[in-house]
Amino acid sequence: MCETCGCGDPEIVSVDLHERILAGNERTARHNRRHFAERSVVAVNLMGSPGSGKTALLEATARRLMGRRLGAVAGDLATERDAERLRAAGIPSRPITTGSACHLDAAMVHRALHDFPWRELDYLFIENVGNLVCPAVYDLGQEANVVALSVTEGEDKPLKYPVMFRGADLVLLTKMDLLPHLPGVSLAAIQDALAHVMPRLALLPVSASTGAGLDLWLAWLEARRSARRAASPDPGDAGLR
Amino acid sequence: MHEYSIVQALLARVGEEARRHGATAVRRVRISIGELAGVEIELLRTAYETFRERTPCAQAPLEVNRIEARWECSDCGRALERGGLLRCPECAKPGRLARGDEIVLDQLELEVA
Repeated sequence: MCETCGCGDPEIVSVDLHERILAGNERTARHNRRHFAERSVVAVNLMGSPGSGKTALLEATARRLMGRRLGAVAGDLATERDAERLRAAGIPSRPITTGSACHLDAAMVHRALHDFPWRELDYLFIENVGNLVCPAVYDLGQEANVVALSVTEGEDKPLKYPVMFRGADLVLLTKMDLLPHLPGVSLAAIQDALAHVMPRLALLPVSASTGAGLDLWLAWLEARRSARRAASPDPGDAGLR
Repeated sequence: MHEYSIVQALLARVGEEARRHGATAVRRVRISIGELAGVEIELLRTAYETFRERTPCAQAPLEVNRIEARWECSDCGRALERGGLLRCPECAKPGRLARGDEIVLDQLELEVA
């Protein structure tokens, strides 16, 4: 009650907050990130449209990255097919069935890791829900955002989905073996579109089916791993070196 | 449709703040959404209309302040042209987003008995 004049109106209080609405997700993401750093696990948030080749890329990665311990959590709206494919390719995987949610958030990843042996991994791939919009908004605690963009999606995708590409540390241009069949699509045009939305342009053309370009992708991963281990050496590994 | 989960986080936070102040109702909610935040403001409004029933925000209009993106050189700070290359024409350094990625709860007006 307004006590100043006794008018009977309720008092209106203005509260200034100026805080990020997704602060709760960001706290959980920081928690995940700290865990990954403590164990020197390189966590990669792999995003891209449905059908951009995220799972095929990880299958091809597993075939080539011998001697490294890979694991994955795979977000999928309704099935566990991606996680099953990854397991068949030799990557221990846990599905995250999101139901109607169009993206993964930090808490979903955290819950998925509770009963998954991620601590012993070199690389944890977080295969996000196929979507070029929503996943870009949620920090998961990853070390790097990698976006798979297939040549068949056309040249203008980066311009149409600037938020996704702005946050990418690396764009893998997938299905390069199909490029000769796409007369209207040029690598230079894709590069130019990216330069308008991605300030530190990093683009690697790859093909999971022919293996072209994968050596550069593996080198990119290995550089991350070396940097991670130099920053926080894993004491559990000391006896092995 | 992540706008729905953003609204759920917003309503939870506003509810918390309303309880903390012993408010009987929320009169107004003011938020800022950046042009490059990845949030569709119309979808956010729809989500807000859907979820605010039976919450302290049931009668509270949502005011959205849309913030235009601004890119500038990460080195010299010069503003980069809208829609142009994200590289400084002077020093060739990459751009950085100075503003435009906000998803921020700015202010509440609470009715206190």
